[in-house]
Amino acid sequence: MPKMVTLTIDNHPVTVPQGTVVVDAAKKIGVDIPVFCYHPKMEPVGMCRLCLVEIGRPMVDRATGQPLMNEDGTSKVQFGPKLETGCTTPVSEGMVVHTQTDGVTSARKDILEFLLTSHPLDCPVCDKGGECPLQNLTMRHGPGNSRFLFDEKQHLGKNIPLGELIYLDRERCIQCARCVRFQSDVVDDPVIGFYNRGRKLEIMSNSTPGFDSIFSGNTTDICPVGALTTADFRFGARPWELKSAASICTHCPVGCNLTINVRREAKSGGDVAIKRIMPRQNESVNEIWICDKGRMAYHYAESKERLTSPLVRKGADLLPVSWDEALDLAAEKIRSTGQLVTLAGGRLSNEDLFNLAQVTQTVNGRALLYTHMAGGDLVARYGLPEGSDLGALGKGDAILVIASDLHQEAPVWWLRLKQAAKRGAELIVLNPRETRLDKFAGHVVRYPYGQEVETLSAFLPGAQVPEALQAVVSAFQAAENAVVFYGSEGLGLDGSQAVAQTAAALVFSRGKTGQPNNGLVAVWPNGNTQGAWDMGFKPSADLASAVRTADVLWAAAVDPAGDDPALAEAVDGARFVIVQELFLSETARRADIVFPAQSFAEREGTVTSGELRVQRYYPAIRPDANIRPDFAISAQIGLRLGLKLEARVSSLALLQAVEKVPTYAGLSYQRLADVTEQWPIFGRKDMYYGGTGYANSQGLGVKLALAADGINPHAAKESAGMPPAAVNGLVLVPMTRLFDRGATVMPSTLLHQRLADKVLQLNPRTAEKLGLDNDSDVLVAANNWTVDARIQLDENVPVGVALVPRSTGFPVTAPLAATVTSRVAVPEVYGGLRS
Amino acid sequence: MLRGLLATLKEMVVDPVTTVQYPEVKRPVSRRYKGRHTLKRYENGLEKCIGCSLCAAACPADAIFVEAAINTDEERYSPGERYASTYEINFLRCIFCGFCEDACPTEAIVLGDQYEMSFTERSQSIYDKAMLLEPVPAGVQPTPQKTEPGKFTRSVPEMQDPKD
Repeated sequence: MPKMVTLTIDNHPVTVPQGTVVVDAAKKIGVDIPVFCYHPKMEPVGMCRLCLVEIGRPMVDRATGQPLMNEDGTSKVQFGPKLETGCTTPVSEGMVVHTQTDGVTSARKDILEFLLTSHPLDCPVCDKGGECPLQNLTMRHGPGNSRFLFDEKQHLGKNIPLGELIYLDRERCIQCARCVRFQSDVVDDPVIGFYNRGRKLEIMSNSTPGFDSIFSGNTTDICPVGALTTADFRFGARPWELKSAASICTHCPVGCNLTINVRREAKSGGDVAIKRIMPRQNESVNEIWICDKGRMAYHYAESKERLTSPLVRKGADLLPVSWDEALDLAAEKIRSTGQLVTLAGGRLSNEDLFNLAQVTQTVNGRALLYTHMAGGDLVARYGLPEGSDLGALGKGDAILVIASDLHQEAPVWWLRLKQAAKRGAELIVLNPRETRLDKFAGHVVRYPYGQEVETLSAFLPGAQVPEALQAVVSAFQAAENAVVFYGSEGLGLDGSQAVAQTAAALVFSRGKTGQPNNGLVAVWPNGNTQGAWDMGFKPSADLASAVRTADVLWAAAVDPAGDDPALAEAVDGARFVIVQELFLSETARRADIVFPAQSFAEREGTVTSGELRVQRYYPAIRPDANIRPDFAISAQIGLRLGLKLEARVSSLALLQAVEKVPTYAGLSYQRLADVTEQWPIFGRKDMYYGGTGYANSQGLGVKLALAADGINPHAAKESAGMPPAAVNGLVLVPMTRLFDRGATVMPSTLLHQRLADKVLQLNPRTAEKLGLDNDSDVLVAANNWTVDARIQLDENVPVGVALVPRSTGFPVTAPLAATVTSRVAVPEVYGGLRS
Repeated sequence: MLRGLLATLKEMVVDPVTTVQYPEVKRPVSRRYKGRHTLKRYENGLEKCIGCSLCAAACPADAIFVEAAINTDEERYSPGERYASTYEINFLRCIFCGFCEDACPTEAIVLGDQYEMSFTERSQSIYDKAMLLEPVPAGVQPTPQKTEPGKFTRSVPEMQDPKD
């Protein structure tokens, strides 16, 4: 516990931890000291001078060191000759702060007058207008008019694209450097900076492509003026016209809290449309940050390509039919035909997955999870329990990350671990190649792909620790609390199972389980993969044969046929295929019945994050009348089979799940909507620090109880290993990139420049051996498939393997041997020459 | 009875014409009359409206609906970066208070002298941008115009304080 300090602000006593700055201490008792450059998530710099206040300190007798007293027994306070900045001054015992004196008021007025000398005052066309700290503070503290000459205004560039996502208006900038500091200090992407000096100062991007950062959208939130705005929301609406709905990002297992801002629009035929996505404050999940994927990749919900009616195959065509006809047919097939195989994806909500699993179990079907990552049962038992918070990890704690590029797989976790390392936590990164986390790690261990278990086993008690690993192992051992993250870098299902087991054995045998801030975290490929495990879905080692031999295949929110030609063949082999989807995917094209499903923006639901936090999302836009949520579709099929499932209200569906799944006991939509006070204060009614989307009034989520510990985990004996490479061949290793080419990202055209390319990433030495150059086109062949790809040379890639980004068109789920042949442009051969 | 009739007869003689033969004859409205709105243009034909939606915010009857879009020099509707791609006023809601006129930063929306409005359907009461916008001055291109880059960078013009 830090030492507490008591001071007096405007005659109110306040007690805060030592090190708190005056501005925050004042906010604690509801005194707003206006700020522009100060932001509680960043180091104070005192650049804008708006937070000037009168500060007095108790006088001390220099000779004796005793405090000097007034006659009435109060201590004598000496005020400085000048005003001091409240944002850079830490509190001290007995300090007296005045924020409302004439001196302070006139200082604020003068600073605002200065800031406005060159401000364009184009508030009517500014996207920030209405939620702009400069507007608000000028109204509250500023002068009524300016003494400066209008004609002498500095005119700078307007409407300048810093990158394709962020626009800059140089005139509006008040040079607070929040964006520059955020990019360099908070997210370690120093891609923007100041150029020139004084009134000519400008923000510049120094990267190619411009503003090359996956967190760039956050700068528009923290910008206290309209200098930085997103291309996505440009002139989308005025902030006061927007309505908001709380939501949860389902792109990755972090589960960032979102606010979806919507507005009724003529462009959308008079219907409610999503205008922008803002972060919602949840200090134990995403604080106030989200990545650009979470912010911009929502357009799929409003895509014109969405399915709008149930389809049933009649002859060669899928024809629209009524819901009853399609549901009757589906129920009939499930009842009368033999083996049902239900294949579900991690995008679905807990309610959807529960209902699907119930129907499947009733007819003795197999509930399969479509994923390349294992270990959900282990995470449910050894995950992070109640009371854990990545934001609380610090000195004396260890965080071990194996086989994950967190910057790309779960950006906000990357950010939180980086901050934990800065607070003094021992960050240990085990990965075959360099990742963005290495820079902040105390220990970095490289291992060859396929040696995950062997490397991780060194941390187990009683293991033979190689010389090179002794320091890192003892650092891990010495930690009071330890969290282990495991991902799927270069791992398929087998490999991931081995890593998950070993990681679980590690936290268990070291006693790092069951207490707050100790446990296992899986970096899942989807937002609710953990929920799918909890509801009874498990991956299958041989998915293709399970699908092929199915009498009825029921695929929800998955597209196996689109991902892998072998699975496409398997889907063709299944006798009857039912699909629940947003789009007419490859699998849906091959289906016998297709049900159109609602997206996350159109319905309610709950998802379980990788940290075992169940969170609730709310409907933001109105769904098409003929589209139903996934839980309702499966429940309506279940009702036809005589099951009692909830088909109307998702909160009741969760209550049914809560009865059957022990770790979810006690959950309800009401509990998920509970909010406790968040600190620091952002974006409430007083708009302190700016940002209207931050306020969290609709729920912080609830941590799950850990599953009862049945069997002690055993570490895997060895890794799944790597297949032997053929002569002149390579081993393709799958890895994850943030901006993937999935069906939920592609409709957001703004992100297209940043999507993962269909490339083989090779070490230059590997390429040289194979006679390949950077950017050369190649044919990659393995297992009956051949795809075109481009070569990208990268020093970071280990020799002998080729990294392939998932979702870009390589059907690679686990390390796979392949041959790579150069596609040199062959001159056209005419018929005459050939004969 | 005679006394009553006297008053009538006196009115006939002293001030004979008080009934205006509307609609054949129309009385001029006062200078500050608040009738149906018009969206004004600059002399060069560009629309004054920049789609800022402040009129909609000021409207106590929630009668105005605005959607904005981005101007380019290739397709320019108004000076500056932003123009109104949708502008609708529902005249069944409008109470002709003129708050929109006061709120407008570019003097684009002006309540005119037009008071003859009747609808046979509710949907007819919604006037869209084409109906509200005044015609292009003679000899000037209609919007969108192709304009030279860098010329129309300011959304809000320099304006005089109102004189009356």
